[in-house]
Amino acid sequence: MTPTLRALFGATALIALAGAANAKTTITVATVNNGDMIRMQGLMDDFYAKNPDIKVEWVTLEENILRQKVTTDIATKGGQFDVLTIGTYEVPIWGKQGWLLPLNDLPASYDVNDLLPAIRGGLTVDGNLYAAPFYGESSMVMYRRDLMEKAGLTMPDAPTWTEIKAAAAAMTDKASETYGICLRGKAGWGENMAFLTAMSNSYGARWFDENWQPQFDGAAWKATLTDYLELMNNYGPPGASNNGFNENLALFQQGHCGMWIDATVAASFVTGKDSTVADEVGFALAPDNGLGKRGNWLWAWSLGIPAGTQKADAAMKFVEWATSKEYLDLVASKEGWANVPPGTRTSLYMNPEYQKVPFAKMTLDSINAADPTHPTVDPVPYVGVQFVAIPEFQGIATAVGQQFSAALAGSISADDALAAAQTLTVREMTKAGYIK
Amino acid sequence: MSRNVSTTRRSVVTIAAWGIGFLIFFPILWTILTSFKTEGEAIASPPSFLFFDWTLDSYREVNSRSDYPRHFWNSVVISFGSTFLGLLIAIPAAWAMAFVPGKRTKDVLMWMLSTKMMPSVGVLIPMYLMFRDFGLLDTRTGLVIVLTLINLPIIVWMLYTYFREIPGEILEAARMDGASLRSELIYVLTPMAVPGIASTLLLNVILSWNEAFWTLNLTAANAAPLTAFIASYSSPEGLFYAKLSAASTMAIAPILILGWFSQKQLVRGLTFGAVK
Repeated sequence: MTPTLRALFGATALIALAGAANAKTTITVATVNNGDMIRMQGLMDDFYAKNPDIKVEWVTLEENILRQKVTTDIATKGGQFDVLTIGTYEVPIWGKQGWLLPLNDLPASYDVNDLLPAIRGGLTVDGNLYAAPFYGESSMVMYRRDLMEKAGLTMPDAPTWTEIKAAAAAMTDKASETYGICLRGKAGWGENMAFLTAMSNSYGARWFDENWQPQFDGAAWKATLTDYLELMNNYGPPGASNNGFNENLALFQQGHCGMWIDATVAASFVTGKDSTVADEVGFALAPDNGLGKRGNWLWAWSLGIPAGTQKADAAMKFVEWATSKEYLDLVASKEGWANVPPGTRTSLYMNPEYQKVPFAKMTLDSINAADPTHPTVDPVPYVGVQFVAIPEFQGIATAVGQQFSAALAGSISADDALAAAQTLTVREMTKAGYIK
Repeated sequence: MSRNVSTTRRSVVTIAAWGIGFLIFFPILWTILTSFKTEGEAIASPPSFLFFDWTLDSYREVNSRSDYPRHFWNSVVISFGSTFLGLLIAIPAAWAMAFVPGKRTKDVLMWMLSTKMMPSVGVLIPMYLMFRDFGLLDTRTGLVIVLTLINLPIIVWMLYTYFREIPGEILEAARMDGASLRSELIYVLTPMAVPGIASTLLLNVILSWNEAFWTLNLTAANAAPLTAFIASYSSPEGLFYAKLSAASTMAIAPILILGWFSQKQLVRGLTFGAVK
């Protein structure tokens, strides 16, 4: 080998080594389009400063599209994503399937015991944490203090459904397009059925008994649906069977709703700059019926790592950073405490600065009031407050939601809707093998 | 008198046509208008049509958050790539069916069309597995192949219809003059069918540009076209209508402009052979 050739080989090897040293691991993160996630994308400089060898590619999609896409990918081990944004519905099912890596190796500095117990419980399967919560939410009552005052009423911190009904009646003034209450009516397992399932818990209803027999033919579901329809037909806005979160948000912000019972994440919107009633909003726990369960749900958008990823170490570093205490401090320093992702860590709610945020205490109380393992009065064979963590639930609940939405639209009666719900749920659960 | 009636009638028809045209265009117009509103104005009730504070904020935010040029380029490559590949396969196929029909040609044509009747989601998992095994997930090549296959029945059908209008004697004469099959296709048939091919090309580009099921499900970060760009601005919880409208306007603008300039060819192509 001539000296020139030797030098050439040497130089090539050096360049290759230098290239390898600079090579970055690129991880693809699939996420939903919500304020907290978008905010994180703007704060990535902090992550890159701490992890210069990792590059993050974002795939941001609408929730339902994302759910379909990541489910396809993880079920087929497609390997397109290294970190997934998933909800409390998916985590128990996917964890049990072995589709997610357990997050048991988080360092002591991460302080896993600081995660809110209710949220952590929903993300744990057989003692293994399968996803780290990025933000958690429950549901609560958001109401107009000025309208309550005008009606001569005071909203208790923990109202009953009877008090909600009375307040809705007193605040309704259809002539001025002011409706006492705005609730979800749009059909879907994550739309009207999220609300109605949570509401039914406070009435002592349940989706299934311990033998997986559907319970829509019981008195508790009938009372739930009858009261819901009475509230909405008498004091709700017109066309409510088409209203989901965004439609109700728009109505509330424009001053058309006396009360709105929905996700705690809405608190920052109704008190934000786009709201015409920002200064008049009060908060209360979701209502109960004196049975020991409130009608609020529990949800957390969490970060999980698919079992098929080739970049588990880099993915783990990202998950650790995005769900750490330090990240909460980073958001607070850049965007203010009101914009910190809520509902994940106990330490956040101990922070005196965060305690000044008007909806902080009510959010924490709402989250603590939900128990995914004992969602309703009687025992159930499933996990989940506003859902049942079985793969069949999405399809069944959407079909049931269509019946209840039709009842709200006036196309069928409450009894017919319940009978149809019972029939279709029995059929699907038998087909799926739960009912022998 | 009859002339007056005819003018009145023509005016009524013209106004009705403009009215229907405006109704059809209204959702696009509303999207464009919403893109210039703030999020608060976008959900205001009653909505304001023109008298609001016009702002480019949504466009600024969409541009800062997303890589529009990359999505745009992916859309261009995927839609034009699948169209050209489709034409390459469909021209000889349509020629065979139009000029050398067999006993089963009609059945084959119907069978090709019937593949369009199957819901895409029915084959999502097998397609996904094949893409995974061939390393085609999140690649433009993969999408070009899948969109070619999806639109092939339409391309073949359209070209078949145009080719049947061309007298077979002309091709016969070319053959008698010694033209090979290749020369016959390239130098005789194709020039005569240019309007038909052009309108097929345009329609197919539009169909591929707008295809959302496969382009969303088979891509992630690298090959995602403008459909994924739009989908990233929708959300079940939050205010997003103005930003979504801005993203939609940016996504449809290129194809709207292309359609505007080529509307003559499109209309001619689509109505070709309709009246005999």
